[in-house]
Amino acid sequence: MSFVSQFKAQAGEKTRDLRHRQFIRTALRGYETARDKRKGAFQSWESARQAAAETKWEAINHLDEHLVALTRQLEARGTKVHWASTGAQAREIIAQILRDKQARCIIKSKAMTSEEIHLNDALEKEGFTVVESDLGEFIVQLRHETPYHIVFPSMHLTRGEIRELFQRELGDAPSDTPEDLTMVARRVMRQKYITADVGFTGANFAIAETGMISITENEGNSRLTAALPKTMVTLIGIEKVLPRFADLALFLPMLATAGAGQPMTCYNTMYSGPRQPGEADGPEEWHVVLLDNRRTELLADTEQRDALHCIRCGACLNVCPIFRNVGGHTYGTTYSGPVGAVITPHLRGLQEWKHLSNASSLCGVCTEACPVKIDLHHHLLQNRRNASASQPAFLEKLAYKIFGIVANEPAFWSLAKKLGWLTQPLHDAVKGSALDPARAWTKTRDLPPMPRETFKDWWRKRMKAE
Amino acid sequence: MKKAETILNERDNILGRIREALKASAPLPGSHGGSHEHTPAGPPASHAREWLPAVGTSAAEQFELFARNAADLKADFQLLASREELKAALIKLRDAGKWQRIASHGGELTDFAGKSLGLPVTLTDRGYDVQEMEQCDAGITECDALIAQTGSVAVTSRSAGGRALSVLPPHHVVIARRDQLVADLPAAFARLQEKYAPDFPSMISFITGPSRTGDIERILVLGAHGPKKLTILCI
Repeated sequence: MSFVSQFKAQAGEKTRDLRHRQFIRTALRGYETARDKRKGAFQSWESARQAAAETKWEAINHLDEHLVALTRQLEARGTKVHWASTGAQAREIIAQILRDKQARCIIKSKAMTSEEIHLNDALEKEGFTVVESDLGEFIVQLRHETPYHIVFPSMHLTRGEIRELFQRELGDAPSDTPEDLTMVARRVMRQKYITADVGFTGANFAIAETGMISITENEGNSRLTAALPKTMVTLIGIEKVLPRFADLALFLPMLATAGAGQPMTCYNTMYSGPRQPGEADGPEEWHVVLLDNRRTELLADTEQRDALHCIRCGACLNVCPIFRNVGGHTYGTTYSGPVGAVITPHLRGLQEWKHLSNASSLCGVCTEACPVKIDLHHHLLQNRRNASASQPAFLEKLAYKIFGIVANEPAFWSLAKKLGWLTQPLHDAVKGSALDPARAWTKTRDLPPMPRETFKDWWRKRMKAE
Repeated sequence: MKKAETILNERDNILGRIREALKASAPLPGSHGGSHEHTPAGPPASHAREWLPAVGTSAAEQFELFARNAADLKADFQLLASREELKAALIKLRDAGKWQRIASHGGELTDFAGKSLGLPVTLTDRGYDVQEMEQCDAGITECDALIAQTGSVAVTSRSAGGRALSVLPPHHVVIARRDQLVADLPAAFARLQEKYAPDFPSMISFITGPSRTGDIERILVLGAHGPKKLTILCI
C-alpha cells in the first residue's frame, strides 16, 4: 500500500474513533491550560519568540562555523566526534562503537533522531539488547510500536492498557494507578542502568561557544544514562546548534513552556566531555554522532530553511486540528503534525509525502504556536506548489482548463447551469458510491441543490418587470 | 576498511554541502517574503531578562519567589538561620525518612552534614561502588546556584560529587549558601561562565523539582527514575 492510501485509510479510521478523539482532546486541553498559564508569566512571550527565531536564524545561517567550533571544543576535552551523512552511516558508526566495546546491553534515553534512523531495529538485528528508559518510550517499545507523539510517546494509551501490557510483558502491575505503574518501570530500570555497557542519548541543543550538548528531560533517565555506563553515545541532528551558552537562558524555559506547559523541565543538563580528571564518575568515553540525513537539502531551500529552526517541542502537534483527529501514528513518519508535514517531504521524498501538506486546513494555529516562529502553514502551501510543479496532476489541469473555457463564454456558462440543475437528481442516485466520478469529494460532503432560477435570471426578470 | 575511510570523509562532505547551501541567503524570521538583510543588534538572548518571567530586585523578594516556585514543584525548601538549625533540619529528615546510610561528597557544608547525621556515608570523591550508592537513602550535595525565577538548583559534576549522586538515591538533599541565590536564568548562566570558563565541569545540570513523569494519561507522578524527594536547605 502506498503512503498516501495508508494515510487515508488510517485517517478515516481514527477520525471515526470517538474514544480516541475524546481521549486526545482531554489530554491536550490540560496541556493548553498549563501552557497558557506559563506563557502568561513571561513579561513578553512575543519578544522572546522573535529573539529565539533570530538566534536560530543566526545559528542555521552560519551552521558550518558553529559545527566547526563545537567539534573543536568537544574534541579538545576528549570527546570523539563522528559525522554521518545518512542514517545508514550513523547506524554503522554506532554499531561499530558497540562492537569495539564488546557491549551487550544498551540503555537509551529518548531520542527522536534514533527513531528517524531506525536504530533499535538495526542494533537488535546485530544481537544487542536495547532498553528504552524514558517511561513513554519504554511502554511503546514493549508494544513494538513507534512513538505516538514526539514529546509524549504513549499519550494514546489508557492506564488500563498499560497495566495489561506490564502484566503480560513484565509480570508486574499491582494496580492501574499511574503512580504504581511508574514505580514498576522504575524498579525494572534501576538494575539496567547499573549493568548496561553503553548509555545512548539524543540531544536538544549543542552550544558552539562552549562545546556542550544540552539534554532536556523530566524523569532523570537521561541523567542516569549519562552517569553510569562506561561508554556514552549521543546522536544529534546538525541543526541543533545554538551560538552561545547564554542562549540557553532563553531556550530552556521556552522549550519547557511550549512543549509541556512547564516553567522549566525537571533536568536541563549540559555535557562538555567524558569524565574529566578529578571527577567522581561519568563515562570513560563519549562519542557524539552528528547526523545530516538530508538536513542539508532542507538548508539549500532558502524559502523553507527556517524549518531547521525547529526545537522539537511538539507545540504545533498539540494545537493542530488534523493531528488531534487523525492521531500521531496515521502520519507514518518519525516527525508528525505540522512540522512533520513540512519536513518529511524534504527528508524522505516530495512525491511520496506530499499528501501530508494537503492534509491541512491551513488555519495557521501551528505557526502561532511555534516558539521559534517557523512559518509552518506557508511551508505547507509551498510544498503543495512544489509538488504540483514537479509532477502536475493532469486530470486536475484538464478540469481547470475546461472550467476556464466554460466560465469565459456566457452561452456555455448558462448551458452548464441548466445541465447542472437537470442532472443533479441523477448524481444523487450514485453520490458517494463507486459509480460516482467525484467520489473522493462527495463521499463526505454535500453539494447544495442547484437552483432552478439563478441570481442572474432573477435579476434580469426583475429589470424587465420594472 | 573502505567503509571507515568514507565515513572519515563525511565531515568534509557535510561541511561542503552546508557551505554550498548557505551561498544563497534566507529571509529573516518574521519577514515572510521580505528583506534578506540581517543587521544583528547584539545577541538577541542578551535581552532575555526583559522578556522572561519577572523577578523582584531585593533578596527578600527573590527568596520568597524561590520558596513559592519550590512549593509549586513539590520540592521542600527551608531557609535556615544558623548551623544549629541546619543540623536540626538534617536530623529531622534522617528520622522522618528512617535513613540508614547516605551518599555524599567532600565539601565544607556536606562534611558538616555528615558529622551532624552520624550515619555511614558513601563518599563519591575517589570513586564509589554503584550498587552501594543505589542502596543509600539520600544523596547530600552542595550546589553552584539557586535560581529564584524558576526554583531551580544548578549543580555540576565538580561541585556536587559527580553525575549520579544527585539522581541515583531516592532523596536528594541540597545544602546551599544564601549568596548562591541568583535572580534569574541569565544570571545563573553568567555566574557559571564566570566561575568555570573555559574549563567547565563535564556536567552542569539545572534541577527543577524532584524527578517526574506524565507519560501515563498526562498525570503527574514524582520519582520516575531520579529522586522522589528534593530538599533544599539554605543557610
